[in-house]
Amino acid sequence: MTEVVSGLAPELKGAKRGSGIVPEASAGERFQSTDVEAFEVPGGREENWRFTPMKRLRGLHDGTAMFAGTAAVSVTETDGVTVETVGRDDSRVGQAGIPADRVAAAAWSAFREATVVTLDGTPEPVTVTVDGPGAGESAALHLQLRTTPHTEATVVLVQRGSGVLADNLEVVLADGSRLNLVVTDEWADDAVHVAAHHLSIGRDATLRAIAVSLGGDLVRVSPTVRYAGPGGDAELLGLGFADAGQHLEQRLLVDHAVPNCKSNVLYKNALQGVKGTTNAHTVWIGDVLIRAAAENTETFEFNRNLVLTEHARADSVPNLEIETGEIAGAGHASATGRFDDEQLFYLQSRGIPEDVARRLVVRGFFGEILQRLPTPELRERLEAAIEAELAIAGA
Amino acid sequence: MSTLEIKDLHASVTTEDGPKEILRGVNLTVRAGETHAIMGPNGSGKSTLAYAIAGHPKYEITSGEVLLDGENVLDMTVDERARAGLFLAMQYPVEVPGVSMANFLRSAATAVRGEAPKLRTWVKEVKGAMNDLDIDPDFADRSVNEGFSGGEKKRHEVLQLALLKPKIAVLDETDSGLDVDALRVVSEGVNRYREGGETGVVLITHYTRILQYIKPDHVHVFAAGRVVESGGPELADDLEKNGYERFVRAAGAAV
Ligand SMILES: Nc1ncnc2c1ncn2[C@@H]1O[C@H](COP(=O)(O)OP(=O)(O)OP(=O)(O)O)[C@@H](O)[C@H]1O
Ligand SMILES: [Mg+2]
Repeated sequence: MTEVVSGLAPELKGAKRGSGIVPEASAGERFQSTDVEAFEVPGGREENWRFTPMKRLRGLHDGTAMFAGTAAVSVTETDGVTVETVGRDDSRVGQAGIPADRVAAAAWSAFREATVVTLDGTPEPVTVTVDGPGAGESAALHLQLRTTPHTEATVVLVQRGSGVLADNLEVVLADGSRLNLVVTDEWADDAVHVAAHHLSIGRDATLRAIAVSLGGDLVRVSPTVRYAGPGGDAELLGLGFADAGQHLEQRLLVDHAVPNCKSNVLYKNALQGVKGTTNAHTVWIGDVLIRAAAENTETFEFNRNLVLTEHARADSVPNLEIETGEIAGAGHASATGRFDDEQLFYLQSRGIPEDVARRLVVRGFFGEILQRLPTPELRERLEAAIEAELAIAGA
Repeated sequence: MSTLEIKDLHASVTTEDGPKEILRGVNLTVRAGETHAIMGPNGSGKSTLAYAIAGHPKYEITSGEVLLDGENVLDMTVDERARAGLFLAMQYPVEVPGVSMANFLRSAATAVRGEAPKLRTWVKEVKGAMNDLDIDPDFADRSVNEGFSGGEKKRHEVLQLALLKPKIAVLDETDSGLDVDALRVVSEGVNRYREGGETGVVLITHYTRILQYIKPDHVHVFAAGRVVESGGPELADDLEKNGYERFVRAAGAAV
């Protein structure tokens, strides 16, 4: 299936004239700047904000979030892992990409020091923990994960706690390196987290990323993949569970500008609302751009949503824009299914209680993502977290 | 030894024009060891009766009783009814994407038996039951009923019957959509389940051909939402020859 869908990432609208990097003529080029003032304050009608409940952003977008708090970063340091705290003038900062929306730029303008984690050789799996600034506080964060050539590493980035956090996460993969990256949003109910992920894939480098979104009031993550050389391979998997009142938004852009690269995107969300509260809401935007130079690109993106109850809404917008005829394969799709009363009746008619039936369906749905998690401990912990989410609605 | 008693059962569905009564006073008693065939024209309410017994939320019971060994079934949730020993092989089994057949069967057996079956014996048991029904072992990894052909779905309903061993089973047109070989395999499955004489079967069907394989003790004619005539196996032959016409007219006159 190859299909051209126009309207890819028209974030140009949010830019002010004469500031930031001047956009190229391509329709897929987004306005980018590290300076928050280069962006207009979004009102909520803009293409890239139209799904986001602006009132719940706690001022991240309009300059009223003070970023006076701190989100503590801790890293398990083992052989082959170097952790540095650097100033914003460090030459590595920005290497993977810079903000394309006002909140990411606000985080960039506000952070004081960046944490750079360098992975070298074949280190043991590394856990990076980010703790929210605490209820009522807001913080800006800048974190960079980088590999040296031919490194093979696994990083689990756990984000948890309370408060409001805007951050930029840079991932810089050196040539021939391979990174298994798991990023979890396991926030407390009050948390608001808006993140930009800048993922730069070196020549012949491989990224296997899994984004897990469970907690928080509003979580919006915008990963952008760019290839720094041919032969790059990026797999982006996502798993989200939105319960009553939660807004989970995933906005992906895979920018194929060099030949012989691969991308594979699969995001799965389950939604479970409760009557009388704000809808459980997921938003998935999957933009893939294959530029003229990106010959022999192979790309596939898929979003599946499982609506478990009423009072839930899943928005899904896959976009594929192809500027070259020389591609190895390209496809995109999105499907939203409902766990309906007939399915529930069927399972129950075999003696299976309602809560077990729901668990069966959700476990089956997430299975293909969960089984790709790099460690059994993580798999068990996240499975338990998902079951706990299910139990809340059962009550 | 179990008994299912259906007493003056009335049920309706909600439609755009308000409630519509479909079951209009069903009386039927099924004892362990008995096989009852229910035959009747399209739309007469046979599936509705099956669903009402199983507890489908779409059907509202407006009056009457369903008792399993004296216990009021209508007070139980759908899963409680199944755990109490009722089973419905559905006319249109439901697809449940994402849940593997293996996982589903094990969850059902765990629920019905009250404890998880021992893994080793369970695997053997499932394999054996699948083999009996000529079901390819690959089906265990497929999503429940998803993309199954009509006949494959029916075989899997009987597979569940074999594994869950209910006290009373209602089979709703388990024979429709089966070719001759499949019909034989499926009938043998039902007969194995009947073998011990401790289970009761309600067999809803349009065709007498399944009754050559599964011999009924009682045959009931169902029309306009109730049992209008009951008899022995010879009644099925009468229906085969003369159709439902006379019963439909009689039922229509009675309404
Ligand atoms: N949800 C519904 N809304 C309106 N009418 C319904 C609904 N469900 C069932 N009915 C009607 O109830 C009647 C009985 O349906 P049922 O499926 O029980 O018949 P049946 O005897 O099993 O027919 P068949 O032999 O075709 O399987 C039919 O007229 C049907 O259209
Ligand atoms: Mg029917």
